[in-house]
Amino acid sequence: MTLPHADPDSSVAVSDLCHWYGSGVNRRQVLQGIDLEIRPGEVVLLTGPSGCGKTTLLTLVGALRQVQQGSVRVFGRELAGSSRAERQQLRQRIGMIFQGHNLLRCLTAEQNVQMGADLLQGLSYRARRDLAREWLRAVGLSDHLGKLPHDLSGGQKQRVAIARALAAEPRLLLADEPTAALDKTTGREVVDLLQRLAREQGCSVLMVTHDPRILDVADRLVQMEDGRLWDAPVPRTGSGTVLVGAD
Amino acid sequence: MFSFWQSRRIPLSWLLLTRQPARLAVALAGIAFAGILMFMQLGFRDGLFDASVTIHKLFDADLVLMSPRTMSSIGMAGFPRRRLIQAMADPQVEGTTPVHWNLLLWRNPQTRTTRSILALGFDPGDPLFTDPGLSAKAQVLSQRGRVLFDELSRPEFGPIADWFRQGKVVETEVAGKRVRVAGLVALGPSFGADGNIITSRETFLRLMPNTPPGSIELGLIRLTPGADPAAVTARLKRILPEDVTIYTKKGFEEFEKNYWRSSTAIGFIFTLGAAMGFVVGCVIVYQILYSDVSDHLPEYATLMAMGYRLLTLLGVVAREGLILAVLGYVPAWLAGQGLYALARSGTRLPVEMDGQRSLLVFAMIFTMCMGSAFMAMRKLADADPAEIF
Repeated sequence: MTLPHADPDSSVAVSDLCHWYGSGVNRRQVLQGIDLEIRPGEVVLLTGPSGCGKTTLLTLVGALRQVQQGSVRVFGRELAGSSRAERQQLRQRIGMIFQGHNLLRCLTAEQNVQMGADLLQGLSYRARRDLAREWLRAVGLSDHLGKLPHDLSGGQKQRVAIARALAAEPRLLLADEPTAALDKTTGREVVDLLQRLAREQGCSVLMVTHDPRILDVADRLVQMEDGRLWDAPVPRTGSGTVLVGAD
Repeated sequence: MFSFWQSRRIPLSWLLLTRQPARLAVALAGIAFAGILMFMQLGFRDGLFDASVTIHKLFDADLVLMSPRTMSSIGMAGFPRRRLIQAMADPQVEGTTPVHWNLLLWRNPQTRTTRSILALGFDPGDPLFTDPGLSAKAQVLSQRGRVLFDELSRPEFGPIADWFRQGKVVETEVAGKRVRVAGLVALGPSFGADGNIITSRETFLRLMPNTPPGSIELGLIRLTPGADPAAVTARLKRILPEDVTIYTKKGFEEFEKNYWRSSTAIGFIFTLGAAMGFVVGCVIVYQILYSDVSDHLPEYATLMAMGYRLLTLLGVVAREGLILAVLGYVPAWLAGQGLYALARSGTRLPVEMDGQRSLLVFAMIFTMCMGSAFMAMRKLADADPAEIF
């Protein structure tokens, strides 16, 4: 199960990761010895029933939570025992896309994307703004630069969120059910866009999803249940395969 | 310049505030209100202290003699006039003016009610005020029973100035004796006296027949040009007995202000009023910033998840405080100007917007906003990026 000699070039290398919530009698184990490796440019989809620990795994890989036991290496850096500042710095290289779009309500689409680009060092304000515009063009929102999130549709907001995540030039993209709040067609479009742009950037993707219709974008599919992880076959587009296990 | 363009970011604090105009308006109204309250309270306090020496400032004197029993302008004690003549012995003393000073009852010739007025008595030939206009007017005082009325006196003394200008013979009672207004001067009411009249020593003694002979309340001493007031004071202290105290003109004004400052609750009351404004402002700004941080907590958490430092986010809240301070101060200052003008015309108090007070109030508003911002920052600790997935 364990990978004692994980590929040093891998984007993410998780080995024997365990995690608990609560303390004392309420202590509950959510992750039970997880092993996972994601190579650069690989798109990995993670499915499983609610409450099985998918999001916990995502927050641990995303350096949002302190590792309790086991090892999480992101871009070769060990997260177990890392300091708050180390995790904050690492997060600048990780793009995150949330279930809700989590855009800043007081900023326009362009400004929201620039909040991502602002994390890049050594670029002038103008260069970062142009970068933001370019990413919005890439997600097809050139005509909505000055709109507030309030005036955008759900799909448009999620596309702005993708542009914001990619504008920081991440090497790893974490997405937590990015299609949950979208209808079927829009969800498909957003995921296709995400996959294409990540490919172009050579950026690895770890996406949690419940949506059986989008599983075919994955290079690899992993399934989680009760805090354990195993590989599952990737369905082909249009094959009509319905993955069992996703609720 | 280059580093500026590199360090320039989206003005998040500004946008957070301005994209919620209703909340911003409430915040600015609150800060402006607190600022106005502080301006008014401190303005009145300083104005009252300044007003207590309206008359004091006018005297043509380098040194002033008073009785050590005198506590303030509303309770002037007498001392022998001879002390002024003794002071003349000093070679650097150029001239002296003995002045009678007391509060007397003035009868309003229109309503027949009485009110306390400050009466000054001096020899019409002596210099009294630095303003040379008085000497010419003072000649009419050599006639017995004549007074010069201060046209800036509060209106409760009657329409004296109007009547006089219309050519009417204005006669009324002072301390129960008949006097006639023989001219107008412009002095201004002070804190201890709502109005002023000037008269000759002779008339003054007729109004106050119980004044001990040779006793005066105030002795003005003028020095030769270039004389050092401190050195002359030291010499006079040696030759004059203990029944007089010597002040410089500044010291004379300070003595009066100090009385109102220490012997009355004025300073305390108005400082307390200003402190209230400060506290009210703190509460308002804290409320606004706290709810602003709370409302945007998921967004702050998102920024942390994106890799922004906590320090950067604290900076956003601090900048919000700074913007509120500056934006709130401007209307407070402008309203302060207007209200001071209103206070000047309504109460004739010398309330001015001076640089020192402008700065003090800005410092208080700044402290208020930044303090509140620091308090509101503690809420940012609740922003947990792990919770937003």
